[in-house]
Amino acid sequence: MTQPETAVAHYLEAFDGIDGGEADRIRELRRAGMDRFVALGFPTMKNEDWHYTSVAPIATRSFDRTSFPSTVPSTDLDPFLFDSPEWPRLVFVDGWLAPELSNVPPRAGIDVSNLRPSLVDGSVDAALLGTIADHDTVGFTALNTALMQDGAVIRIGANVELETPIHLVFVSAQPVPLAASFPRNLVVLERGARASVIESYFGLRDESYLTVPVTEISLGEGARLEHVKVQNESAVAFHVGTIEAVQQRGSELHSFSYAAGAELSRTNVYTVLNGPGSSCTLNGMYMVSGVQHVDHQTRIVHAQPNTTSREIYKGILDGRSHGVFNGKVYVRPEAQKTDGKQSNNNLLLSDHARVDTKPQLEIFADDVKCTHGATVGRLDEVALFYMKSRGLDAEQARTLLIYAFAADVLETIPVKPVRDALEAAVFARVRGEELQLTSE
Amino acid sequence: MLEIKGLRANIGENEILKGVDLTVRKGEVHAIMGPNGSGKSTLAQVIAGHPAYEITAGSVTYDGQDLLEMEPEERAQAGIFLAFQYPVEIPGVTNAYFLRSAYNAIRKARGEDEVDPLEFLDVMEEKMKLVDMDPAMLNRSVNAGFSGGEKKRNEIVQLAVLNPRLAILDETDSGLDIDALRIVADGVNKLRGPEKSAIVVTHYQRLLNYIVPDYVHVLAGGRFVRSGGKELAVELEEHGYDWIQSHAPETAGAGSRA
Amino acid sequence: MSTAIESLVNREYQYGFVTDVEADTIPRGLNEDIVRAIAAKKNEPEWMVEWRLKAYRRWLTMTEPHWSNVSYPAIDYQDMIYYSAPKSVKPLASLDEVDPELLRTYEKLGISLTEQKMLAGVAVDAIFDSVSVGTTFKEELGKQGIIFCSFGEAIQNHPDLVQKYLGTVVPHSDNFFAALNAAVFSDGSFCYVPKGVKCPMELSTYFRINAADTGQFERTLIIADEGASVSYLEGCTAPKRSGNQLHAAVVELVALDNASIKYSTVQNWYAGDAEGVGGIYNFVTKRGKCVGVNSKISWTQVETGSAITWKYPSVILQGDNSTGEFYSVAVVNNRQQADTGTKMIHIGKNTKSTIISKGISAGRGNNSYRGQVKVMPRATGARNYTQCDSMLIGNECGAHTFPYIEVQNDSAIVEHEASTSKIGEDQIFYCKQRGLNAEHAISIIVSGFCKEVFQNLPMEFAVEAQQLLGISLEGSVG
Repeated sequence: MTQPETAVAHYLEAFDGIDGGEADRIRELRRAGMDRFVALGFPTMKNEDWHYTSVAPIATRSFDRTSFPSTVPSTDLDPFLFDSPEWPRLVFVDGWLAPELSNVPPRAGIDVSNLRPSLVDGSVDAALLGTIADHDTVGFTALNTALMQDGAVIRIGANVELETPIHLVFVSAQPVPLAASFPRNLVVLERGARASVIESYFGLRDESYLTVPVTEISLGEGARLEHVKVQNESAVAFHVGTIEAVQQRGSELHSFSYAAGAELSRTNVYTVLNGPGSSCTLNGMYMVSGVQHVDHQTRIVHAQPNTTSREIYKGILDGRSHGVFNGKVYVRPEAQKTDGKQSNNNLLLSDHARVDTKPQLEIFADDVKCTHGATVGRLDEVALFYMKSRGLDAEQARTLLIYAFAADVLETIPVKPVRDALEAAVFARVRGEELQLTSE
Repeated sequence: MLEIKGLRANIGENEILKGVDLTVRKGEVHAIMGPNGSGKSTLAQVIAGHPAYEITAGSVTYDGQDLLEMEPEERAQAGIFLAFQYPVEIPGVTNAYFLRSAYNAIRKARGEDEVDPLEFLDVMEEKMKLVDMDPAMLNRSVNAGFSGGEKKRNEIVQLAVLNPRLAILDETDSGLDIDALRIVADGVNKLRGPEKSAIVVTHYQRLLNYIVPDYVHVLAGGRFVRSGGKELAVELEEHGYDWIQSHAPETAGAGSRA
Repeated sequence: MSTAIESLVNREYQYGFVTDVEADTIPRGLNEDIVRAIAAKKNEPEWMVEWRLKAYRRWLTMTEPHWSNVSYPAIDYQDMIYYSAPKSVKPLASLDEVDPELLRTYEKLGISLTEQKMLAGVAVDAIFDSVSVGTTFKEELGKQGIIFCSFGEAIQNHPDLVQKYLGTVVPHSDNFFAALNAAVFSDGSFCYVPKGVKCPMELSTYFRINAADTGQFERTLIIADEGASVSYLEGCTAPKRSGNQLHAAVVELVALDNASIKYSTVQNWYAGDAEGVGGIYNFVTKRGKCVGVNSKISWTQVETGSAITWKYPSVILQGDNSTGEFYSVAVVNNRQQADTGTKMIHIGKNTKSTIISKGISAGRGNNSYRGQVKVMPRATGARNYTQCDSMLIGNECGAHTFPYIEVQNDSAIVEHEASTSKIGEDQIFYCKQRGLNAEHAISIIVSGFCKEVFQNLPMEFAVEAQQLLGISLEGSVG
């Protein structure tokens, strides 16, 4: 058996060990996921979607699906809470709900709970589960579907507007190496609902672990979701996550993906603009150094007329790090009057950093306006010189320019405390300081 | 020369023109004024044959021909010229090439010989002087990267070169400073003649100080609410469009055959 | 407007006639004996036969690539004829001995092979099916030491040069179609411009597929020695036939120190009919290597024909300060498919590349730009600018953009911009208001859209390309 085959067998074993007692539909869903994962295996670099990212470090190890949460003192979470302890919050430790760390005050029209009970009783809240994220062709989504432990189920009723963000926290804290968690989230906004959801991923120990989350999002007519994902996994961790949305008429998705952690990470952000007049903004920022590898793949499907998409991803790469961006924009024949703009800009701070970017347009309708662009470069020597000639020292000038590069995309983070915290984190990292997640 | 009767036109579901009557005879200059959204530009575009508008009622005849049955290029070849409110950019195509193509297409339609590039250059240079345009612009792409004023002047160069019998100026004055306005108006005036007519669409009276019209019509809500001589424009300038609308005679368009 | 565009199409493909000449063909199919038979026809030396066989054996181990954005029925490589030559082509003492029927064919194509009638300043090598039927201006070029002849002649008369450079840019093992070409290529053009010589005229090869069921596998090798420069143009046509024919060419360009090569293609192979029956599969490998410092290779292509086009003229920027350029117009109409673009591989320091791609899709055509810009770790100061615009005419066509940008040096500056838009209804109305009919309006707008590419074609061919574009868009549905 090759190492990846060994790993697949290992996950099959974990699958077989999952306790019974779940609803039939869920058991079938898990089975379908496992079958597909066994059939697909781990993607290789021959797979166009994984052309620049080798998952060998994941495929050659056998991670253990955790079966219980470690104990985490609540103070350990403080640095990751954006100074907003009052937000409704669900905390998952090693993939499992930690009720003592979670707090969701009840509110009319809003239903925030963990997935686990729904898996057992097969309740309506879970009816959409597995219908949005594609576990047929995306191997890691199949793996998550087979092995999901817990996660959040959020339902916002029609026309309910939620002012306070809901914070989903995913902590890895197993004291032993090779733990794996498979969080599964479902976010449903009914017609006209508005909400903000933040997902944070981080680790508390320097052990090698794997996180494979999947978040499914359904936006009803005119709904508006702000979604921010903050990936700050431990430096030796692996993270492969997928966010997949379907949008109805007039709905808006504002997504931001921030990735600064993990040895190897991949984030997929997919949405289908499935109703006329729907729109999305998919922005993101990645900032890595050392031997980190960070990969983003986005896919926007314009499936209906008069849909709009905006996308900006920026990357800052230092050390021997490797950044990958693949942004796909599809315009289906029905999607006349599509308006799409996409850009990916990368800043290389070191001789040995590397970037591979592949913005991609596939257009099958004629009345469209689509543009995309990508740039790779280093700091502008002229600007550096100009700033130095005005009295800034080299380091100040450099810091300012890097920060300026990042600022315009960070400014688009829709939730202010998160924006402030991430701006501070980027600034600190540019200055070579330790990563800080709280806003000062 | 041009006779419009009971013209109604829609764009999408919206009716913009709700029964317009207008007669333009040889040698006459008609001004069409009106507030924003009154349908002035629509009328200009409909006469030129813009495909976005659907004609739901009425007729337009031009020299006895049914204009509404003609393709836009057939109307152009028959001597109708529209100076666009927003001239269109055509990247990569030089003005010289574009205009020579148009000039020859019109000559050909009239059974005249096409001219070669050198002959045409002479024609162009003379006409460009009319509006004080730099000959270097001949080698620039059509309207691409032109300032608003340059685009408007370029329309007048085209007007001069193509020498139409009925010129329609659609808000040619908007976005022009006073000097540019005078240059454009002078250019137009030099092209006036007993066989030629013009329809000048404008929001403001000031252009009419330079291009003096024989008749002024006020369009509001898709129909003419007032028609008169050039003094009507002055009245409008003094009292504003609210005044004219509140004093609108019941029989819309009645004065248009003055 | 859409009806106007609709009515714009359907002039016949005017190069679709068949020439009736007696042909010398070898049996269908492919095996080592066929490879040897082709070599024997051409009386090739043993080293050449060995090279072909090596390629053939390698090809057997390879599988046909299917990663491109095109689809077509499986090709039966054993049901194809790999060599066809007009019988009369034997050693010719001069062009006067060329079969008059062939000369008439080229006259019909607008290419005169009789030197006195030639357009001033263009030397032509004419390839008819598998072999060269004549090369003009040989003598005059020879005075300056420029070698311009068929590949077959080059193997006989300049074996040192051929051996030195053959396969150095596109190895026999490069890819499936390149390996196939290396095994069975029958002829092509060869050009060597010696040190310091600026080639005084345009060189041109005209490719014609005539015989049915044959593949055309020509191979072109152009070497510009130190300080030399040359501009080269190829044109291609084929008769209308209901079957598909494979054209799998290889072009290798070598530019030494301070040399420059400009290679222009006007490709008008038969594209198949409106329903997609027939047409040429144009699967070619074109690559240039800027071996020397300050060298420059520039590709310009106008691709209007072929049922399927699959080609990526590329530049390996090995020499410091070398420059690569790619200017492309690709038009698809009816059922045509094109997957084309370029690769710019930056290896040397301060290397620069420019990519300008204009894709026009009409009818039910699908047009993909696929380009790779790769900056290797030692390519300090590399620069790339890519602009890639698509125009859509009608609502059943597709335009796709797949740029691959791979940067491993922090001093690189790589920029990619792409846009897609439909032909502007306002632009058409504006033109019509000035008296132009829809057909004329579209042709003006499209040639404006492609201007940056046409500017890079040699004058005589820019006009031809523009006319071709008018023809290709005929019948594009609205």
